[in-house]
Amino acid sequence: MTISPQAFTFVRELVRAESAIVLDTGKEYLVESRLVPLARAAGHPDVDAYVADLSKRRTPAAMKQVVEALTTNETSWFRDADPFTALRQNVFPALAKTRSNRTLRIWAGACSSGQEPYSIIMTALDTPELAGWKIELVATDLSEEMLTRSRKGEYSQLEVNRGLPATTLVRHFERAGLNWRINQSIRERVEFRSLNLTRPFPPMGRFDIVFLRNVLIYFDLPTKRDVLKRVRQVMAPDGHLFLGAAEMTMGVDDAWERVPAGRSSVYRIREEQRTCVL
Amino acid sequence: MRALIVDDSRAMRRIVGRILGDAGFEVLEAGDGQQALDLLEGLDGPPELACVDWNMPVMDGLTFITEVRNRPQWRAITLMMVTTESESDRIVRALAAGAHEYLIKPFTGEAMLEKLDLLGLLPTSTGV
Repeated sequence: MTISPQAFTFVRELVRAESAIVLDTGKEYLVESRLVPLARAAGHPDVDAYVADLSKRRTPAAMKQVVEALTTNETSWFRDADPFTALRQNVFPALAKTRSNRTLRIWAGACSSGQEPYSIIMTALDTPELAGWKIELVATDLSEEMLTRSRKGEYSQLEVNRGLPATTLVRHFERAGLNWRINQSIRERVEFRSLNLTRPFPPMGRFDIVFLRNVLIYFDLPTKRDVLKRVRQVMAPDGHLFLGAAEMTMGVDDAWERVPAGRSSVYRIREEQRTCVL
Repeated sequence: MRALIVDDSRAMRRIVGRILGDAGFEVLEAGDGQQALDLLEGLDGPPELACVDWNMPVMDGLTFITEVRNRPQWRAITLMMVTTESESDRIVRALAAGAHEYLIKPFTGEAMLEKLDLLGLLPTSTGV
C-alpha cells in the first residue's frame, strides 16, 4: 500500500493549513494508515481514490475528518489504559498460576512505532506475579520503516508526553539528544519482525497473549475472519486475545468468546473449540 | 472542579486555561509561585489541580510545589509540573518534591488530557 505523491502532497498541505503540523516526506505510511479507515467508510477502494475525491469536492466535514485522523489519534503509551490495567490485574496473574515453566509468550501484531510492545513489557515489569519470569515478546508490523523505528526505541518529546506517566519515563527511558530512548533492558526483550497479517503466518510458536488492536478495522469481513482463524492456530488453548475497543469477534469468527477482564475485555477460544487447535 | 495555573507567561496561561476549561475545570491563574500561594490562602477550599511552570520570577515552581506539600490543608491538590525543563534529573527532582505528574512543553491538548486521565481528573478517567 503506497499513497501517491500527489495525494500525499494534498493531505500534507491540508494538514499544515488546518493544524500547523508538518508531515515530512517519509510520513507517507502514517498518512496511508490513518486514512484507510476513512477511505473504506466512504466506499473508496484505496486512499488515493479517497483523496482524489476529497480534493475535488472539498467538503468541510470530510476535510476536518482527515485533519483529525492525522493529528489526534497518534499512538500513545498504554493506549486506552484499560487493557493494560487488565493485563496487570487480571490476565498476567491468571496466566502466572498456570505456567509452570515461568515463561510467557506474547505477540503484538501491527505494532506500528513500538509503543504497544514496549508498554506491554513495562506492564509485565510492574506485575509482582511475574517477577523473575521470562517474557518473550514478538512484535510485528508490515512496514520495515516502522520496524526500524521500533527497534531503535527512540521517541520525540511530543511522543513521550502521550500517555506515559512521568515516573515511568524516568525509570525506563534515557535522553538521546532531544529525544528519549527506551532502556536497552526493555528493548532487548522485544523481537521485531516483518509480518503481513493477510498472508499465512511464518512459524512463530504458540502465544499466551496476542495483542491485535485497531488493525482488523482495515480489513474486509472475509480477511478479518481469516486472520482471526489463523490467530487461533498460534494461540495457546487458554490464551488471551486483545482487540481494539471498536473491534469484536462476534459475527466474524464465533469460535472466540468475549470475557470481561477488569474494565476491559479479552477474547478467548471457546472451550468446545479448544480441542480443534490442540 | 477547579484548576490553578501557575505560569509567568500569559500566553501559556491562556492555552492551558482553554484546555482545562474545555475539560470542565473552573480556572484560576497566578503569575508566579508566591502569587499562587497568596491566592490559595484566600480560597475557601483548595483546587483539585495545579499546573505549575518551573521557571518563574519571585518564586519558582519547584519551591511552590515544596511549599504546597508542606501544608496539610493543601494535601489534596494534584500537582503537575508543566515546563520546558526536560532533563531526567529535573523530572526526578519535581517528583521527589511532590509533583504527581510532569508535562514537558511543547505539548498537545491531547497530551495534557491524557496526563489528567492518568491522574484520574477527567470524568471518564480510569487511571493506569
